[in-house]
Amino acid sequence: MGSTSCQASYPSKAMAPFSTLRELSQGLGRGDCTSLELTEAALDRAQRLHEALNCFITLDEEKAVAAAKAADRRLQGGSAGPLTGIPLAHKDLFCIEGWPTTCASKMLANFIAPYTATAIDRLIDAGSVTLGKLNMDEFAMGSSTETSHFGPTANPWALLRTPGGSSGGSAACVAAGITAAATGTDTGGSIRQPASFCGVTGLKPTYGRVSRYGMIAFASSLDQGGVFARDVEDAALLLSVMAGFDPRDSTSSAHRDPWLESVPERGVGEPASDSLTIGLADELLSEANEGAERIDEARRALEALGFRCRTVSLPHIRTAMPAYYVIAGAEASTNLSRYDGVRFGHRCERPASLKDLYERSRSEGFGAEVKRRILTGTYALSAGYFDAYYLKAQKVRRLVAGEFAAAFDEVDLLLAPTTPGTAFRRGELTDDPVAMYRQDVCTIPVNLAGLPAISLPCGLHEGLPVGVQLIARHFDERRLMQAGAAFQRATNWHAARPPLEEAS
Amino acid sequence: MNAGWEAVIGLEIHVQLATQSKIFSAAANRFGAPPNSLACPVDLGLPGVLPVLNEAAVRMAVKFGLAIGAEVCQRCSFDRKNYFYPDLPKGYQISQLAAPIVGPGRLEVPLDDGTAIEVRIVRAHLEEDAGKSIHDAYAGQTGIDLNRAGTPLLEVVSAPDLRTPEQASACFRQLHSLVRYLGICDGDLSQGSMRCDANVSVRPQGREALGERTEIKNINSFRFVEKAIRFEIDRQIERLEAGLPVVRETRLYDAVKDETRPMRGKEFSDDYRYFPDPDLLPVVIDEAFIEAVRAELPELPGARRRRFQEELGLSEYDAGWLTRDPDTADYFETAARTDGSNAKQIANWVMGELTARLNREDMDIGAAPVTAAALGQLVARIEDETLSSKTAKTVFEALWNGEGEVDAIIDAQGLRQTQDTGELTALIDGIVAEHPQQAEQFRAGRDKLLGFFVGQVMKATGGKANPRRVNELLKEALGASE
Repeated sequence: MGSTSCQASYPSKAMAPFSTLRELSQGLGRGDCTSLELTEAALDRAQRLHEALNCFITLDEEKAVAAAKAADRRLQGGSAGPLTGIPLAHKDLFCIEGWPTTCASKMLANFIAPYTATAIDRLIDAGSVTLGKLNMDEFAMGSSTETSHFGPTANPWALLRTPGGSSGGSAACVAAGITAAATGTDTGGSIRQPASFCGVTGLKPTYGRVSRYGMIAFASSLDQGGVFARDVEDAALLLSVMAGFDPRDSTSSAHRDPWLESVPERGVGEPASDSLTIGLADELLSEANEGAERIDEARRALEALGFRCRTVSLPHIRTAMPAYYVIAGAEASTNLSRYDGVRFGHRCERPASLKDLYERSRSEGFGAEVKRRILTGTYALSAGYFDAYYLKAQKVRRLVAGEFAAAFDEVDLLLAPTTPGTAFRRGELTDDPVAMYRQDVCTIPVNLAGLPAISLPCGLHEGLPVGVQLIARHFDERRLMQAGAAFQRATNWHAARPPLEEAS
Repeated sequence: MNAGWEAVIGLEIHVQLATQSKIFSAAANRFGAPPNSLACPVDLGLPGVLPVLNEAAVRMAVKFGLAIGAEVCQRCSFDRKNYFYPDLPKGYQISQLAAPIVGPGRLEVPLDDGTAIEVRIVRAHLEEDAGKSIHDAYAGQTGIDLNRAGTPLLEVVSAPDLRTPEQASACFRQLHSLVRYLGICDGDLSQGSMRCDANVSVRPQGREALGERTEIKNINSFRFVEKAIRFEIDRQIERLEAGLPVVRETRLYDAVKDETRPMRGKEFSDDYRYFPDPDLLPVVIDEAFIEAVRAELPELPGARRRRFQEELGLSEYDAGWLTRDPDTADYFETAARTDGSNAKQIANWVMGELTARLNREDMDIGAAPVTAAALGQLVARIEDETLSSKTAKTVFEALWNGEGEVDAIIDAQGLRQTQDTGELTALIDGIVAEHPQQAEQFRAGRDKLLGFFVGQVMKATGGKANPRRVNELLKEALGASE
């Protein structure tokens, strides 16, 4: 297969891997290439990188080609939208009608979704082509994409390292230039941490911004769908399509955002940087080990753009992590009760009784990390422990949200590391769950407070990407994205590519 | 019987709300469809689905709350009740524990002896029903029908204010009547639209402290509530008198054997690990909503009962009987308000002839072939003496068989009572003249012979003479010829 070079599969320079959504959209609009050509090239690249990366759980050439042909007709008919004909890939916990939707679990290895998640439905409606379903930690529980039933995903920057998780397949897919963007979900950092590890832009919107309908639940009060993209502009474009009230999700917000609605025409726009203050989240910045210098450089780049920076303290933010593991575990323990072997999913062979059916189906169907979370969550909700764990954790959650609110009385955005360090080696943390949980120490508080945040590539440390995190007020994606876009215009870290061509 | 003991009974009644769609999904809320044909992805608990609260269920619950004078919770919330069972698709039931939609209220329960008791309602909360496990359709296997999964339920919890099986049954009946009046439940017990759990304990008469209680689950008729509780009271007293303890447990009533039995196979623990459902936001119910619902409240059974007594002169018993069910009350009222009708007579017809006939044909009053207006006219024709009670029954039969309107039937069958006094006088004079011997004996004091003459007149008129008039005229004729 070595005779065909990657570049050669792409019809023009604009259509090369690592193009942005906007470039692809313009190229398709001009007729530089067709969606079919683009889709086939992406499929080809995905297949050739599969062995090295394992970022897809499902690739469906037939469906993708059919969608591409339909998109080409739309393009020719002049009824194209900004995403028409562009291949995208989705984290395998978004239900898509007719597609296997596994959550990277043996439990759902045989599950074909009979309906489509609202967020994905909107992307498909906008003309995007679904290329496949992306690898992840089982039921989104993990920070390395190592708990997947379908094997780990590799980091395109260093194949022996993890891409982070849980949306590791999505981050790797975009970082490797297979698709220009991909969806993910973020419960405690599952978009931002892998984005940071893989050197791509990762957006976790405000809780309630993107419908959770059809997004298989891990922890309902924390889960939020979002995107991986090459840059902030693309992320905003995708968000503008995915976001919005959904009558099928009671927790989705009816909040209308004229700025977001204008993004497809006008882009994110310029920040009023002279009048904006960025708070440097002291307790989180002190968590950064590797990459601390890159983050400080990011701060200086923002200051050079006119943002004023000042240190702010969030004194109880370290209590967020234990509170998160109680709340997320509690919610997960009951969200995952429906996987009982009765109606769908894995069922054990020849159950001897109802109890046996439950016990063996669940024992066989769930992996170790999922079991750990179900057990801790069940414990936290049990009679006699509920007050000490669940209620206490909810108090901590309110405390953390209150500290963020107080900080946002003083500053417009917060800056923090996305992760304490760069991508770790596969297997390095598998025997130390708490060390693995600590991966999310800088991202978890944001989920507890339901805030929007973005991870931006800000350079390399020993050849591995480092991410800086910006956090904004509820539904203030406008300032978040404008600052991020300004940063990316001033720097070029988001355009850095992994040394993958040699590896593939 | 049971001398020296007092029973303490509380009820939990599940009321299936008559909404168009289910409580958390858009699937139809209907009984009797083919298995699993009314279960959408949300009802099936598929991965990724989310519940969305049906406002109609909220409205119905608020209506109920207002009808029992309860405080409506302005910010109620939903909790997950976690347990595994094959007909519970998500592995938890969405219910309300911490903040139920309806707070404490009161229910006036009329008893058969004409008195009434007041039963405190502790709370009423919204929850979703589970599906059904079908154990007898497949050998060695269990079928699951999820059509019922997600049916909205209002669980009404009474205080332990009831003391006898009869009171408990009357309370269930009164709740049934109330939800039918409110139009929030079809009240069809045979299809499980209302199901009753009873908490029963006994204690020595005069003692304050409660005895250990048992819970009888899923009783689905007024009569069975009475029988199940009676059995359970006797069982508990028997044990206590034999020096055995009452064990706290859940029992099922077996109507065939008329006994309660402990529920088998309690494999699963009772720790339901309730916690707030993160998929549903708290429900804010404002004054405007409550007032809008209040404006929709119909006349309630108690008020209607009193009105029937005051306006229509019914006895307490008759008024209570006729207002139990809104369809019966509507039927009665329409008939009683027909021109020339008589409320007391209508009450007798509805409670007697009509009900007997409906029961025999297993029919609802709404489907009765004799309409309320027709019964009103029928009674009007009795009142104006066109019909006798005997011919009235003939007309009723003809109405039931769809033979036309009251007056048309009377004419067609020639059932009009002879009203013409002259005609009747001539007839009677003739009969008296034909039987001089009997007339003589009557005049001599054999009063019983009047019956003989009445019989002769009725025979001659084919039963169409008004008996009261015949009596009067005969006495006149027999006396006058003296």
